[in-house]
Amino acid sequence: MKRPRVVPLLLPLASLGAGLAVLAVFFSVLGYDPVLALGAMVRGAFGSWYAFASGTLVRAIPLMLIALGFTVGLRAGVLNIGGEGQFYAGAVAAAWIGLKLGAWPGFAATTAVLAVAVVAGACWVAVPAWLRLRFGVLEVISTLLLNFVAEALVSYMVQGPLQESQHIYPQSDQLPLAARMPVFPGTRLHLGILLALSCSMIAWYVFRRTMTGFELRAVGRGPRAARVTGGLRVQRLGAMALLVSGALAGLAGGTEVSGVSYALYPNLSPGYGFTAIAVALLARQSPMGIVLSAILFGALEAGAGAMQRDAGVPAVAVYVAEAVTIIAVLLADALSSRRRDMVTA
Amino acid sequence: MMLDAGVVDGFLSASVRVATPLLLAALGEMLAERGGVINLGVEGAMLCGALAAALGAASGGAWTGLAASGVAGLALATIFALAAIGARADQIISGTATTLLAVGLTGAVYQAVFGSAGAGLSLPTLVPVPIPGLADVPVIGPSFFNQPVTTYLALVAVPLCWWFLFRTRTGLALRAVGESPEHARAAGVAARWLQFAATVTGGAFAGLAGGTLVLAQVGTFAERMTAGRGFIAIAIVVLGRWHPVGVLGAALLFGAATALQFVFQAMGLAVPYQLFLMLPYVLTLLLLAGLVGGVKAPAALGRAAE
Repeated sequence: MKRPRVVPLLLPLASLGAGLAVLAVFFSVLGYDPVLALGAMVRGAFGSWYAFASGTLVRAIPLMLIALGFTVGLRAGVLNIGGEGQFYAGAVAAAWIGLKLGAWPGFAATTAVLAVAVVAGACWVAVPAWLRLRFGVLEVISTLLLNFVAEALVSYMVQGPLQESQHIYPQSDQLPLAARMPVFPGTRLHLGILLALSCSMIAWYVFRRTMTGFELRAVGRGPRAARVTGGLRVQRLGAMALLVSGALAGLAGGTEVSGVSYALYPNLSPGYGFTAIAVALLARQSPMGIVLSAILFGALEAGAGAMQRDAGVPAVAVYVAEAVTIIAVLLADALSSRRRDMVTA
Repeated sequence: MMLDAGVVDGFLSASVRVATPLLLAALGEMLAERGGVINLGVEGAMLCGALAAALGAASGGAWTGLAASGVAGLALATIFALAAIGARADQIISGTATTLLAVGLTGAVYQAVFGSAGAGLSLPTLVPVPIPGLADVPVIGPSFFNQPVTTYLALVAVPLCWWFLFRTRTGLALRAVGESPEHARAAGVAARWLQFAATVTGGAFAGLAGGTLVLAQVGTFAERMTAGRGFIAIAIVVLGRWHPVGVLGAALLFGAATALQFVFQAMGLAVPYQLFLMLPYVLTLLLLAGLVGGVKAPAALGRAAE
C-alpha cells in the first residue's frame, strides 16, 4: 500500500511544532517571554549565513552521523543507545592519534585521525555486540552502561595521559594543523559536512538497492520470520549493524575533534548521542530524512545557545522540545499503525 | 593488608548509603518489568524526584520534600505510561524521551528558581535515626541500623514487594501479564491497567530514590545529579533476576563497588578516581555476561500488550 507523499513530511513537522509549542508554554510558566526566547533561538540558528553554517550545520554533522548509525541498528532490530559513548571513544582516539601526526602531510594525517575514530567507535560497541551474540545481554543496557564508562575514560584522559603540556586544565593540547579538517572560508563549517552527506547517500543506496539492505529490512520487520523463511543469520546481522552503528558514532567524535574543538574536552558532546535518537525517529528511518532532521535539530541546539546568551533563558530547556517531539512522533506512529491494523484485520 | 574497624564501618555504611536510592529505584522498576514493561524513564523520574525533594524541602522541610519526590516520580512515569502502555508506543524510545524531558524540565526549573549560577542550596536533610538495640550490633549495626529513614523504607519495601508479587492475587496477575498478556487477558485480567498501575508505582519509587539522593546523601540539587543511577537500577533488576531479594543483593553489591573508593582513599592508594567511576558499570557488564545466561526475563518484556 502506497502512502501519500505529503504525509512523511507533514507528520515530523507537526511533531516538531508540538515540541516548540510545549516549550513556549513551559517558558511562560517559568516566567520567561516565549516570543523573546524563541526569537533569539531562530536568529541564532538561521539569522545569517554565518550563524547557519557555523552554528546549525556544524551541530548537524555529528547528529547526522550518529542518527544514521542508530537507524542502521534499528533496521536490523537492535537499539544502540550508546551513541554518546561511541562518540567519545572516537574523540579520544582521534585526539590521541592527531597529537602524534604533526609531521604528516595534512590529507594523510586527517584521514588517519578519522579512520582511527571509526575503528574506536566500532571497538567500543564491539563489547555489547559480543555480549549480545555470546550471552544474550540486552544491547540496550550494555550500550547505555558503556556511555558512563566512556565519560569516565575521557575524564581520565584529559587529566592523565592526554592532558595539555602545562598540566593545568582538564583538556588535551591543540591538534597540529595537519590533523585538522579544512573549513569553508569565512565560516566554522568543516569538511565533515561532506562526509556526513556522503554517508547518508551511501546508507540510502545500501538500504534501497542492495541485498544487505533487503536483509536488514527483513530482520528488522520480524526476526523470527526472517530466520525461518529466508535462512538469514539474524544474530550476525544484528551484531554487524551494531558495529556499523558504532563506527558512524565514532566518526562523529573524530570529526568533532578534527573539525571543531581541535582538542579533547570532557564536555565535548552536549548530548549528541541522545539527540541523535530524536533525529533518527523524526526521519523515520530514511537517510535523506535524517539529513533534514539533523539540520532541524542542529538549529535547535545552536538556537538554544543563542537563547541562553541573548535572552537569558536556560538552554537546557530545549530538551523539553526534543522530548515532546519524540513522543509526538511515537504517538502518531502508534495511532496510525493501529488504524492500519484495523483496516487489515 | 590491614584494615582497622573504622575503615570497615565506614565502608559498610557508605555501601548501604549508596545502595539505598538504587534499591528503591530498582524495586520500582522490577514491579514494572514483572508486568512486561521496561521503563528507561526511571532515570528521569529520579531526576524529577530529586528536584521536587529540593523544592519541597526548601519550603516545607525534609518530609515535605520526600513526599514531593514520590509524587514527581509518579507524574513523570504517568507520561511514560500514557505513551508506552496507553498508545503502545515503543517502550525503549518512550523511556529515553521521558528521561530527556526530565533533564530539560529539571534543568530549566532549577535555573529559573535558583538562578543560573546554581548556588549551593542548604536544605533540611534526613538525619540518621539509630534503631535502639540493633544499631549497637557489631559490624552490621552501624551500617544497616543507623541510617536515615529512607534506608529503612527501602529495606522494608523488599519483603513487601516479595509478598505482593508472590503471595497476592494481584501480584500473580501482574506476573502473568509479564509472561503473556494475551493469556492473562483471556483469563480475565485487566492487563494494561495492571501494567499502568505497576509502572506508575515504580515511578513513585524512582521519585523517592531521587528524593533520598537529595535529602539523605547530597543535601542539595544539581543538574543531572542522578548521573545514570536510574540506568544502573535497570541493570540491578536484571542482575537481581527480577526477584526482590536478588535486587537487594545486587543493589548492595553496587553500593559496595562504589564505596570501595573510600577504602582506597583511607589506605592512601593513588588510583585514578575515574577508575572507580567506571567500576560499577564494568562490574555490571561482567555480571550480566556471567549471570544472564541461565535467567529468563519476563517473556513479554518490552512488548506492548494488546
